[in-house]
Amino acid sequence: MAVCVAVIAKENYPLYIRSIPTENELKFHYMVHTSLDVVDEKISAMGKALVDQRELYLGLLYPTEDYKVYGYVTNSKVKFVMVVDSSNTALRDNEIRSMFRKLHNSYTDVMCNPFYNPGDHIQSRAPAAPLMAVSVRRAFDSMVTSMMIQVC
Amino acid sequence: MEAAAGGGCGSGPPLLLSEGEQQCYSELFARCAGAAGGGPGSGPPEAARAVPGAVTAAAGPVADLFRASQLPAETLHQITELCGAKRVGYFGPTQFYIALKLIAAAQSGLPVRIESLKCELPLPRFMMSKTDADIRFGNPAELHGAKVQIPYLITEKNTFKRMDDEDKQQETQSPTMSPLASPPSSPPHYQRVPLSHGYSKLRSSTEQMHPAPYEARQPLVQPEGPSSGAPGAKPPRHQASLIRSFSVEREPHDNNSNYPDEPWRITEEQREYYVNQFRSLQPDPSSFISGSVAKNFFTKSKLSIPELSYIWELSDADCDGALTLPEFCAAFHLIVARKNGYPLPEGLPPTLQPEYLQAAFPKPKRECTLFDSYSESMPANQQPRDLNRMEKLSIKDMADFPVPAQDVTSDDKQALKSTADEALPKDMSEDPATSKDSNSLKARPRSRSYSSTSIEEAMKRGEDPPTPPPRPQKTHSRASSLDLNKVFQPSVPATKSGLLPPPPALPPRPCPSQSEQASEAEIHPQLNRAPSQAADSSPTKKDIPYSQPPSKPIRRKLRPENPAPESQEPSSTVGGAASAVTGKPHTAVQKQSSKQKKAIQTAIRKNKEANAVLARLNSELQQQLKEVHQERIALENQLEQLRPVTVL
Repeated sequence: MAVCVAVIAKENYPLYIRSIPTENELKFHYMVHTSLDVVDEKISAMGKALVDQRELYLGLLYPTEDYKVYGYVTNSKVKFVMVVDSSNTALRDNEIRSMFRKLHNSYTDVMCNPFYNPGDHIQSRAPAAPLMAVSVRRAFDSMVTSMMIQVC
Repeated sequence: MEAAAGGGCGSGPPLLLSEGEQQCYSELFARCAGAAGGGPGSGPPEAARAVPGAVTAAAGPVADLFRASQLPAETLHQITELCGAKRVGYFGPTQFYIALKLIAAAQSGLPVRIESLKCELPLPRFMMSKTDADIRFGNPAELHGAKVQIPYLITEKNTFKRMDDEDKQQETQSPTMSPLASPPSSPPHYQRVPLSHGYSKLRSSTEQMHPAPYEARQPLVQPEGPSSGAPGAKPPRHQASLIRSFSVEREPHDNNSNYPDEPWRITEEQREYYVNQFRSLQPDPSSFISGSVAKNFFTKSKLSIPELSYIWELSDADCDGALTLPEFCAAFHLIVARKNGYPLPEGLPPTLQPEYLQAAFPKPKRECTLFDSYSESMPANQQPRDLNRMEKLSIKDMADFPVPAQDVTSDDKQALKSTADEALPKDMSEDPATSKDSNSLKARPRSRSYSSTSIEEAMKRGEDPPTPPPRPQKTHSRASSLDLNKVFQPSVPATKSGLLPPPPALPPRPCPSQSEQASEAEIHPQLNRAPSQAADSSPTKKDIPYSQPPSKPIRRKLRPENPAPESQEPSSTVGGAASAVTGKPHTAVQKQSSKQKKAIQTAIRKNKEANAVLARLNSELQQQLKEVHQERIALENQLEQLRPVTVL
C-alpha cells in the first residue's frame, strides 16, 4: 500500500528511498522531493514551540490525484516520507502512524550501529561482500517491503 | 582401568577392554539392543537373524552399525564370524564387544584376527548418522589421535578421507568446510579442522552426548598422549585437550539443548580473553561499552567497515548502541572467526546469543560449575595455543603497526645511545631525582614491553592500543618534572584523545628478568642519587611516586623491586632510602662520579624510551591520518554526487 518510502536526512538529501517497482519511479522521487517543502513548512509552523512539544507525525502533507503523501519527522530532523495510493481508502491515520513508528524504530536500530556513519545511505547490502547482508539494514529494508506489500 | 569382558565367550581369548572402550561399547550395545528393529537389514545375513532375549543386540541396528563403520562387506563378515555371533546366532554383549573391537582393529589397519583384540585400539568409527554417538566420539578422536601419532599414520588419510566424505554427505557449512577440507598442513588449519569436523558431526546428530563417549575419549586420549613422542609431548596433549574441551563443551550443552554450530562456540580460554579485553575497555564487567569505544576497538581488527557493521548488528542484540559483556564476547568471537576465514553467519548463532553466553559462563573460571570444572580439566596449554594462534592471527593484524613500532623503538634505543650525551647534562641539571624516578618507573614498563618479542607480547600489545587512555594518562599526570612534561607533551593529547595509547602499563608478565634487573640497577643508583642531590625533598618526592595509588606499571614496578633488591648490591640502600636519608649524603657524595655516569645512562635510556613512544605515536597517528583522509575522500565523493541533486 505504501507506494514509496523515503528517509531524508537533515540536510534534505535522501538517505534511503524506495518505491514499488513501476515504470517511472522518478515521479515518486519528485513527489518526495516536493513534499520536503511542505515538511519544512510544517516544522517551522510548529517550530516556535520546543521540539518535544512538536508532534513527530506530520500527517497528510498533500494529496494528489492518485497519491497521498504523509510525513513524519524525527527529533534529529530526519524526515520520513511515505507515498500511498489514494485508492486505499481503508488506510486510516492510525495505520499510517503505526507504519511511521515502525519505520522510526527500524531507523534507530540502524543508527545504533556505531559503524554506521550518520549520513550514509542505508543500504541493505554492503558492496563487494556477498554474504555481508547487513542485518539491521536488511531488517529496515524488509520492513519497508512489508509496508509496501501489505495490501489493504 | 581395564575390565575383562563380561559374559563367557566360549572361544577366543578374554576380551580386555579399557574402561572407555567398555563404556562406549556398552553404550552402543544398549543402543542396538534398544533400537527396535532398526533399518533395513541388508548386512551380513547372519546378523540379520532375529535375536531373542533382551540382552542381545538387535540385528538390524547392529548391521547398520557395522555398515556405518565403512569396512568392506567381507571384513564385516569376517568380524561377525570371529566374534562368535555367527556361531551362536546372535549378538550377545560379548560378541558385540568383540565385533566392535575388531572393527576398530580393521579401521586401524590391523588384520581382523583374535590377536588384534589384545591391542590397544582407538574406538571404532561409524559413519552413519543413526549411530551418532559413534560418529561423535569416533571421528574427532580418531582424527586428532591419528593425526599426531606415528602408529596411526596409516589411518590418518583414511580418517581424513572419511571426514571429507562425511562432510560432503552431511552438507554442513560448505563454505566453512571448503577452506578446511584439505588435509591440514599447518597447525592453525589443523586447529580449525577438528573444530569444523567435529562440529559438523554434531550438526548432523540429534541426540545428546552420552557421558560414555566423553570418558571413552579420556582413556583413549591418555594412551595416545604418552605414546606420541615424536611430534612432541605437547601437540598430542593439545589434541587430547582439544578433544576433551570440545567434548566437554558439547556435552553439557548438548545435554541441555543441541547447538550444532560449534565454530561459534566460545571456549573458556577465549572467554577469558574476551573478558579481559572488555575490562580493558570498561572496568565494570556488568556495565557496557559505548558504541564509539567499541568501534575504535574493533576497527583495530582491520576488518572492513561493512563487515564490522554487520558483526555489530549481529551481536548487539538489543540494538542499544552499546555492548554488554556477552554481546562484546559475541562480537569479538565473530571478529576472530572472520579473521580466521569463517564466513559470517546470517544470524547470530545460538551459542553466541547473550542469554546463552551469560548462562554458559556465569562465573569466573575457578568456580566449580559443571562447565567450569570440565574446562578446568582442560589443560590450558592447548586451548591458549590454538586460540592464541587464532587470535594472534587476528591480533597480529591489530598489532600491525605497534609491532613495527617496536622494531623501530629497539633501533631507536641503539641510535639514542650515541646522541643522548648532549642531552644529558641538560637533563642532569634540570630534573630532580623524582623526575628520573618517575621517568624510569614509567619507562620501565615500556622498556619491558619493547624489549620483549614474544608473540604473546605482540598479541597483548596489539590489544593495547585500544586500552583506554586513563592508564597512560595517570602516568603522565603523575609526572611532576618539567622534563617529563616536555618529553611527553606531544603524546599526551594524542593519548588523551584515546587514539592509540602506547602500552606502557600492560605487559608485566613477560618482563624479561634482565631488563628488570637492569632497571633495578637503574633505580637503585637513582635512589642513591636522590638523597645526594636533594637531601630533604627528594626522599619525600621519591616516595610520592611509590606511594601514590600508582598505575599498574608502577605498582608492578614496586613488586619486583621489593623482592629484587636483595639480589642487588645497593639493596640495603633501597630499603633504607626512605628512612635513612640522613645517612645517605656522605656516602653518596663519595660515589658522585659513578652515580653521574649512571645518571647519564638513565637519562639516555629515558630519552630512548621517550623517542620510542613518540615514534609509536607517530606511526599510529599516521595511520589515523590515512584513515581520516580516506573518510574525507569518501565524504567528498558523496558530496559531489549529491550536489547536482540539491541544485534542482
